[in-house]
Amino acid sequence: MIIKILGPGCANCKRLETNVRQALDRSSLEATVVKVEDYGDMLAFGVQSTPALVVDERVRIAGRVPSVGQIQELLDAP
Amino acid sequence: MPPIAILLAASALWTVAWIGNAPFFDWVVHRAFGLTEGGRLGDAVHFFLYDTVKIALLLTAVIFAVGVLRSFVSVERTRAVLGGRRRGIGNVLAALLGVATPFCSCSAVPVFLGFVAAGVPLGVTLSFLIASPLVDVVTITLLLGLFGWQVAVIYVVAGLTLAIVGGFVLGRMNLERWVEPFVFETRVGSGGDAEHRPSWGDRFRIGWDEVVDVLRRIWPYLLVGIGLGAAIHGWIPDAFFARWAGPDQALAVPIAVLMGVPLYANVAGVIPMIEALHAKGLAIGTLLAFMMAVVALSLPEMILLRRVLRPRLIGLFVLVVASGILLLGIGLNLTLGGAT
Repeated sequence: MIIKILGPGCANCKRLETNVRQALDRSSLEATVVKVEDYGDMLAFGVQSTPALVVDERVRIAGRVPSVGQIQELLDAP
Repeated sequence: MPPIAILLAASALWTVAWIGNAPFFDWVVHRAFGLTEGGRLGDAVHFFLYDTVKIALLLTAVIFAVGVLRSFVSVERTRAVLGGRRRGIGNVLAALLGVATPFCSCSAVPVFLGFVAAGVPLGVTLSFLIASPLVDVVTITLLLGLFGWQVAVIYVVAGLTLAIVGGFVLGRMNLERWVEPFVFETRVGSGGDAEHRPSWGDRFRIGWDEVVDVLRRIWPYLLVGIGLGAAIHGWIPDAFFARWAGPDQALAVPIAVLMGVPLYANVAGVIPMIEALHAKGLAIGTLLAFMMAVVALSLPEMILLRRVLRPRLIGLFVLVVASGILLLGIGLNLTLGGAT
């Protein structure tokens, strides 16, 4: 599983990354976390509101920071 | 428990707190602690406690409601509405959507890129970018709570006017050559619908997350602002500022705007102080101009926008917006004077 975190590196993007890593720690899933900081790459996903969460090339959340629990639910139910 | 039941219970609690706020602190400050009503310290302490709770309650209710409503809007959908719009009506729509669309200031660049790449005219995009931080929920709520609805309405109308006219004027200047060329070459993917259709429970949760997020971010500024405001109320003589920054002082507005542009402060700290300064005779137009300059033009946002805009365009943007604020401030002082 490849998880991409889209965002220019602002406070919300860092919070999203922390939450994603916590969610991964709590679950048994194996995943690589990649940070996407290039605006062109973000727009290639159609994402304009950061931070955004992309799981296996699919945009799952854009424009808000989900809680650790919400991320877990989302990773468990593809 | 179903979401609607939680919402009703929370609304009931909120109402009790709202009604009980004034009597409760009357009792605490004047009875339990015996600070006399009308005395300096008593009034300042009462002002601080009562106002803090009042503002926190107002913010909770408004941010929640707006958060729920905004779960129906997204930047991506806004872009679809604005794509291919002509100037004029496009600027009006962009300013209104700038208020309704949720996005944080660090998204300014991707929003700009996506809009322009998708064919939204430059001036229309700029209207959106001016309106969004200016006519913001926390700002309006604080004005509503501390100044009353008249000032809040004046501010919203002034902010929208600035965004519409500012974007329109910049659009007429044909500044596309000062946009970094890669912007027009960026391709916007579809990405599909980010999330499945959220249920009402999800929407309530999004609204509540927003409340927690905003309050956690602004509470230190809010407390300091209300605290300083309380001190100004208690210890600075009435009409202290009227002499040199009253409505008839022509230089007050330009100075306020010049001070506000480089300053980057949190509105939650600025508005309570502005309210106290207004009570001491500073003209409302001058204060609102100062506030608009603080929130509409900020150095960090300009540095971010430098990635997509040439310095000359950023300079013109600042110049047009600052001039607009100046005119609005002077206009408000002339029409309202010291009346409000």
